[in-house]
Amino acid sequence: MLLGLLAGMSGGAALAGSVTIKGSDTMVVLTQKWAETYMALHPEAAIQVNGGGTGTGFAALQARATDICNASRRIRAREKENCLRAFRKLPREYPVALDGLHLYVHQENPLTQLDLPTLAAIYTGAITNWSALDGPDAPITLYSRENSSGTYEFFKERVLEGRDFSARTQTLQGTAQVLEAVARDRWGIGYGGAAYGQGARHLSVSRTRDSEAVAPSEATVVSGAYPISRFLYCYVNPDQDLGDVAGYLRWIRSDDGQAIVRHLGYYPLPPSARAD
Amino acid sequence: MNSPEVPSAHGASGTASWPGHRRGHRARWPEWLAEKAIFAVSLSTLGLLLLILVFTAREMIPLLLGRTNSALIQEVIPAADLDRVPRETLRRHLGMGRAEFESMDRATLEAILKTREEALEEVPPSFRTDPDARVNTVSWRHLFLPHAWTGHDRPAYVWQPVGTIHKYNLVPLFVGSLKVTLVGLLMAVPLSLGAALFVSQLAPPWLREWIKPAIELLAGIPSVVLGVIALLVLAEALRRWLGYASPLNALVAGIALGWTAVPLIFSVAEDAFTAVPRSYSQAALALGASRWQAAWQIVLPAALPGVLAAVVLGFGRCMGETMVVLMVSGNASQLSWSLLDSTRSITATIAAEMAEAVSGGPHYQVLFLLGTLLFAVTFVTNLAGDWIIQRLKSRLGGTP
Repeated sequence: MLLGLLAGMSGGAALAGSVTIKGSDTMVVLTQKWAETYMALHPEAAIQVNGGGTGTGFAALQARATDICNASRRIRAREKENCLRAFRKLPREYPVALDGLHLYVHQENPLTQLDLPTLAAIYTGAITNWSALDGPDAPITLYSRENSSGTYEFFKERVLEGRDFSARTQTLQGTAQVLEAVARDRWGIGYGGAAYGQGARHLSVSRTRDSEAVAPSEATVVSGAYPISRFLYCYVNPDQDLGDVAGYLRWIRSDDGQAIVRHLGYYPLPPSARAD
Repeated sequence: MNSPEVPSAHGASGTASWPGHRRGHRARWPEWLAEKAIFAVSLSTLGLLLLILVFTAREMIPLLLGRTNSALIQEVIPAADLDRVPRETLRRHLGMGRAEFESMDRATLEAILKTREEALEEVPPSFRTDPDARVNTVSWRHLFLPHAWTGHDRPAYVWQPVGTIHKYNLVPLFVGSLKVTLVGLLMAVPLSLGAALFVSQLAPPWLREWIKPAIELLAGIPSVVLGVIALLVLAEALRRWLGYASPLNALVAGIALGWTAVPLIFSVAEDAFTAVPRSYSQAALALGASRWQAAWQIVLPAALPGVLAAVVLGFGRCMGETMVVLMVSGNASQLSWSLLDSTRSITATIAAEMAEAVSGGPHYQVLFLLGTLLFAVTFVTNLAGDWIIQRLKSRLGGTP
């Protein structure tokens, strides 16, 4: 199994004349849609999309096994160092979409809103019962993403401020799985992308205990009023930022490219950050 | 390695008086070739096994030698000091080989040192004064012993390899693997041994012709399919029945794991029962024992070494099974012996985290360490099983 994984990681080197994109699993579906549409507009372009995770994407960028690295977080200093060692330049960064982190509970759960400090207390294990939130006396089941996901890291960094998840936190393989687990578990809570499903409800979130809770929507995420959102990025070796690679990167950041974002549960870039 | 059944061409001179031997010798050269070819193939399997071990072990050598440091805050040479530091010190500091270091121009080196300073600046303010930030979390002490991390009120075994401070305690994963394996064996061993005894001793021949292939067909069901069934049906049914809170836990994972181990344990045990000479049970029957008594009191003890081998193989299968556990155990890395708690196994950890672990980094090395330990555990259990079987065999008088 390890051999297979490694083969998968080292394979997929860029073919001449085609663009390869590798990285964040969160962005795979979105990127595939972008690639499909772009290739329909430019029949001569060939774009190949791979997942694997943000870290894997950066590793591939350093090894020149991919042209574009999809990343659901900013590049780390360590990864910058590796790029410098590999191609003597820092990779170029393009924000390409916004992702709002949603909180799900079971639809019969009376809770409608949460503030970030309480959310952190729940996920670090300081609060373990819904009764502490004026709910019924029932233990809280925590659902999280697997620690290889960018969403997990983002949640740990932004919401838990670097503290550890409670050891009881169950980790699942994707947003859809988290949503389904919450829909099945009356006393569960989970987080993930803007995915909707039967049986689960989305919570409004406030920054502090006293501030007003905001429901996630395009307006609130794009304006920054919704407190847990992040940019999604594409990174590219500056020497490779030509031809189809450059064309694709410019197009996805244009109004046409951003229109696709909305259909897939993400949020478009604020107009100021778009390409013309 | 020449097997005794096939007389080899080289050993022929000693038995030259055997009539017809020389004719046979000439006719058998393709056999000789085939034998050597098979030997080469089996040798290559051994070689492959060795290669896998070397491959996994190689990745964790820096960890074994204590050369890996995963501390959040590490010493930094300021980029401004680039020209003042001896070049050899700088090369060591950057962890580069001589050739790579020589190929770097000054601007690149400076940029690299700057990124190191940046890494230090990336440390959130609340962690700057945290004593944990200077702890090398991949030292042996922190891999196996509990540590009072900031934010935990007492020493704890923590596996949280992603985050600001990477915590790599392996104990919760070992306990998790053992826990689901034991449940799996508790489920699979009685079932498959019972079925094997029934099929080999008690069942009428027409029934045996149906049951044996049916159970062995179970082995052909991909474990991911069993995982889906456990996830969608078993987890929910058990929760309704037993009324516990979390649908994904060690109990469900263990039961599903049992399904995957049944065909293997059944096959090996059934072979062991069938290999007990017919005369044993016939003698018992002749002395007036019932078929059940003959099976339970004569055949089962006589086949004990084979049965033990089956259980040991089942243990290895359960420890190594990945997909089922990954899907239905809930994967929470907590240290607990309760079956109703969600649990994280070694194999599921490797499968889930390998893709994101940066090649050559501390996390990557620890995952390889886990793989090697898993390899060692199954190897030692197999060895121990073999040893027990040898002892029992000599005690019971030589039935396989």
